[in-house]
Amino acid sequence: MSYVPHSEDDLRRMASAAGLTDPEDVFSPIPRAVRHRGPLSVGGPLDEETLRRLFRVSPSRAVFAGGGVYRHHIPALVDALSSRQEFSTAYTPYQPEISQGTLQALFEYQSMMAALTGMEVSNASLYDGATALAEGALMALRGKGIGRVLVTRATHPAYRKVLETYLSRSGDAVVEEVPFCRDTGRVDLGALASAVGSDAAFFIQNPNYFGVLEPMEEVAAAVSGTAGFWGIVVAEALSLGLFRPPGSFGPDVVVGEAQSFGNHANAGGPLLGFFCTRREHARRMPGRLVGLTKDSSGRTAFCLTLSTREQHIRREKATSNICSNEGLCTLRAALYLSALGPKGLRSAALQCAAGAGELTSLLRDRGIFPLFSGPCFHEIALPLKEGKRQALLAEGIVPGIPLVRDYPELGEAVVTAVTEMNTKEECRWLAGMM
Amino acid sequence: MAGRDDVAGFPLIREPLLKDVGAPGRNRRVLPAPFDVPQAVDLPGIAVLPDIPDVSEVETVRHFTRLSDLNYGVDNGMYPLGSCTMKYNPKMAEAMAEALKPVHPGDEAAMGSVLGLLFLLQQHLGEICGMDACSLWPAAGAHGELTGMMVIRRAVDAGGSGRRKVLIPDTAHGTNPASCAVAGFVTENIPSGPSGFLTAQTVEEHLDGGVAALMITNPNTLGIFEEEISEIARLLHENGSYLYMDGANLNAILGVARPGDMGVDCMHVNLHKTFATPHGGGGPGGGPVLVKEGLAPYLPLPRIVNDGHGGFALDREGPESIGMVHSCLGNVAISIRALAYILSIGPSGLRETAKAACLNANYLRSRLAGLYDLPYPTPTLHEFVLSDRAFKGTGVSTMDVAKALMDFSFHPPTVYFPLVVGGALMIEPTETEPIEELDRFALAMEEIARRARENPEELHGAPVTTPVGRVDEVLAARSLILTWP
Amino acid sequence: MNIPDDLYYTENHEWGKVEDGDLRVGITDYAQEELGDIVFVDLLPEGTAVSRGDSVGTVESVKAVSEVYAPVDGEITEVNPALEDAPELVNQDPYGKAWMVVIRMTDPSAARSLMDSRAYEEYVKAEAK
Repeated sequence: MSYVPHSEDDLRRMASAAGLTDPEDVFSPIPRAVRHRGPLSVGGPLDEETLRRLFRVSPSRAVFAGGGVYRHHIPALVDALSSRQEFSTAYTPYQPEISQGTLQALFEYQSMMAALTGMEVSNASLYDGATALAEGALMALRGKGIGRVLVTRATHPAYRKVLETYLSRSGDAVVEEVPFCRDTGRVDLGALASAVGSDAAFFIQNPNYFGVLEPMEEVAAAVSGTAGFWGIVVAEALSLGLFRPPGSFGPDVVVGEAQSFGNHANAGGPLLGFFCTRREHARRMPGRLVGLTKDSSGRTAFCLTLSTREQHIRREKATSNICSNEGLCTLRAALYLSALGPKGLRSAALQCAAGAGELTSLLRDRGIFPLFSGPCFHEIALPLKEGKRQALLAEGIVPGIPLVRDYPELGEAVVTAVTEMNTKEECRWLAGMM
Repeated sequence: MAGRDDVAGFPLIREPLLKDVGAPGRNRRVLPAPFDVPQAVDLPGIAVLPDIPDVSEVETVRHFTRLSDLNYGVDNGMYPLGSCTMKYNPKMAEAMAEALKPVHPGDEAAMGSVLGLLFLLQQHLGEICGMDACSLWPAAGAHGELTGMMVIRRAVDAGGSGRRKVLIPDTAHGTNPASCAVAGFVTENIPSGPSGFLTAQTVEEHLDGGVAALMITNPNTLGIFEEEISEIARLLHENGSYLYMDGANLNAILGVARPGDMGVDCMHVNLHKTFATPHGGGGPGGGPVLVKEGLAPYLPLPRIVNDGHGGFALDREGPESIGMVHSCLGNVAISIRALAYILSIGPSGLRETAKAACLNANYLRSRLAGLYDLPYPTPTLHEFVLSDRAFKGTGVSTMDVAKALMDFSFHPPTVYFPLVVGGALMIEPTETEPIEELDRFALAMEEIARRARENPEELHGAPVTTPVGRVDEVLAARSLILTWP
Repeated sequence: MNIPDDLYYTENHEWGKVEDGDLRVGITDYAQEELGDIVFVDLLPEGTAVSRGDSVGTVESVKAVSEVYAPVDGEITEVNPALEDAPELVNQDPYGKAWMVVIRMTDPSAARSLMDSRAYEEYVKAEAK
């Protein structure tokens, strides 16, 4: 296949108009010494049917995996509208006069994310929840007197690893872990109180990596006014449809992963990092921002704003280096929230919680108990021997995400997620086999 | 506050905000309900309904359809944006990514197939770029740059030199110095030569024991091939420094020359540029990093490895690695689209792409060089830069030209970049533009040039045929309204 | 190009007006012209000690951000409150209503080492080329 709409004649005609004897002469600025001889050793050209066979992937029959990426029902209108070429093939809206569609959709997303998180402003996306946490820490470190970053051990292990990678550049910032209680799976409040200080930025994921709901009121009491900066990390955005907005606890930032809002699991990406903060921090926020304004005739219009914080103007003094973000995934989130509405979002979340409750009951009847006593949203940490896990995989059941590598202290265990995409039958099947 | 009252109330808005669409009770959606929800859900912190609009399906579809009508996409017409490579996005790539949708990254059996495809992409990108190892995890070009610079930093520290300076030519993309800063380096600007490319002599003058690396874009943002790159690489290597290449302009040299053969040690590519994945209104993109063997141990985790049974798995160990840069595997569905594109066009297609991209650009350049100021007479490849100098005295600026182009149904080229040219217009048509579209663009530019000389006032008011007129960006920054009330 | 002759000037386009032992500081007409429409001004608080060459804040337009540097050693004793709500004053009246900070000079004669209006005029002419 070729997407080049030129015949040999066209090429010759253009070469001639450009003053070249032969089309090949267009490469004359490239020194002979670095020219590649012969064709590249890559596959193709392949026709579409051959390609379809090559790109076939089959998901397992029953999947109970979460861990920051979730399978949720996405109404068909999300795919239909986001695949409109005016949205999907459009460039970054730097020229607002012909990008009002993208800009308004992003403004609506910003507004809804601010409302759902209970914060005042939101940006128009970052790469994923992990880099959103890293950007939150970098923002804290740009403030005065912050030299330590505290993160709960029950925050997503990959998020913590990415945070460490981003902070490794500044030798003066140290990442410290705040442990969880082995019985409840919730943060050790005593350890937190000892660790926190005005020189520290503190981050806590809620619900945490084990699906356990953290005691946010007690956490807020322990850190508000004591920590130099603190933030709440949300890896499962659907939790915002059911629980008290995290902003109501008074953090400086609420960051995390909004893939659950209308984006397919897609084997892990693209994802959708979100970043919300208070108005007073707006100028220190990373990523693109859409603002409200007018055009030359007084008509309401939208445009990217505060670009001076960004890489293409401030260059080495930029708040971040992010340029392309998750664009279309953000539009999909706006479509999803519109498609579900307030009751729908709440129902979807309740279904997930109910499903996890049903699975827990079924397991209890078989003498299998969750690792933790703390209340869970829709993920549960369960004991599971590796041999048994492999047997389940062979049967086409993915029982959850293994924990032993990141949490060796918990032994052989998994975090099992139940969503509205699972069925009662699948839960019975899983419980029966565990 | 000044300006805020001006914009409140959303006067004359083209399409009402979502919050003004719908009403309580309008949303009648029925969701999957496989489980029995108890009357009282026994969980802490449950709240009342989330604060988002209550909209019916029809109203949602109409709202977003009408918003899409206010946009311009590459299926509408050319986007001659320099260094963005806004080429046609093949629909077949969308079809190939379909199978991925329901797959969870924790579904090991399904992921085996996906990892095989990603491994194939790593190999193909390595071959195209002449590099030895690849990581697909960076989610965008800037993310790839940051990852690449962190790899170099780890290598520098492993070598014990502790060097922290990076040389960057004045034609660099804005993300280059920003990425260096985030990676913990200090940057030093070095001037390009009078012909528009970096000279080995300039590099030599700036080399010292503190230089960790030099970041180069090749061809550069003037569309000029960095002809002294091999010599520059030699000087850097002799000095114990690395050469990083920003691969944004790879489209010009596909199949013709490979960065690895020019002495590049580390680079990133942009899947949403060279490899035709859709821009999506600003993302998602993909910024894979490629390195020579010596730097491979520092690439991010995890790594795709053979599982010993003819399949693929992820290796999460790697003590020398910089660690993780993404929570998962980057923008997988974008990587899949890029692989589909490469396999669809094959090796001959890659070379043909570069040739047509350069011919299209040179054709346009020959049409426009007489009318607009061309600051660098040096031969160019896939893009070229004009300036508004020819209009000095008329009061017409590059911004006016850009806005006027929208009235001719074109997206403007990149403006005011690179910084080495005042009032720059950076034009890159890409290879997927038919001659007729190029001619149409040239005619529009000719007409604008005529108006600049005969009736400049008309251009100040542009655009007039777009959904909104010239947008007041100053008011936006002063009022700073980022959410609906 | 407005360059009042009763002021001192710096290479970074700040102006300084000596008022007893204080120096009132702002940015010049040339600077505001180059930056374009100003959208935000961010300055260090009263009481901050500064050395010559330290940044006392930033001035932001839609296309650029510029640092404002202290021309002399001293302490910031006043910060202009009007600029928070009306950053456009910097474009309209850079030498009057848009003063930015007042610095109590450690050395009251320090201002004399800065450029006078004629030297600054030459400097701007050379830069504009």
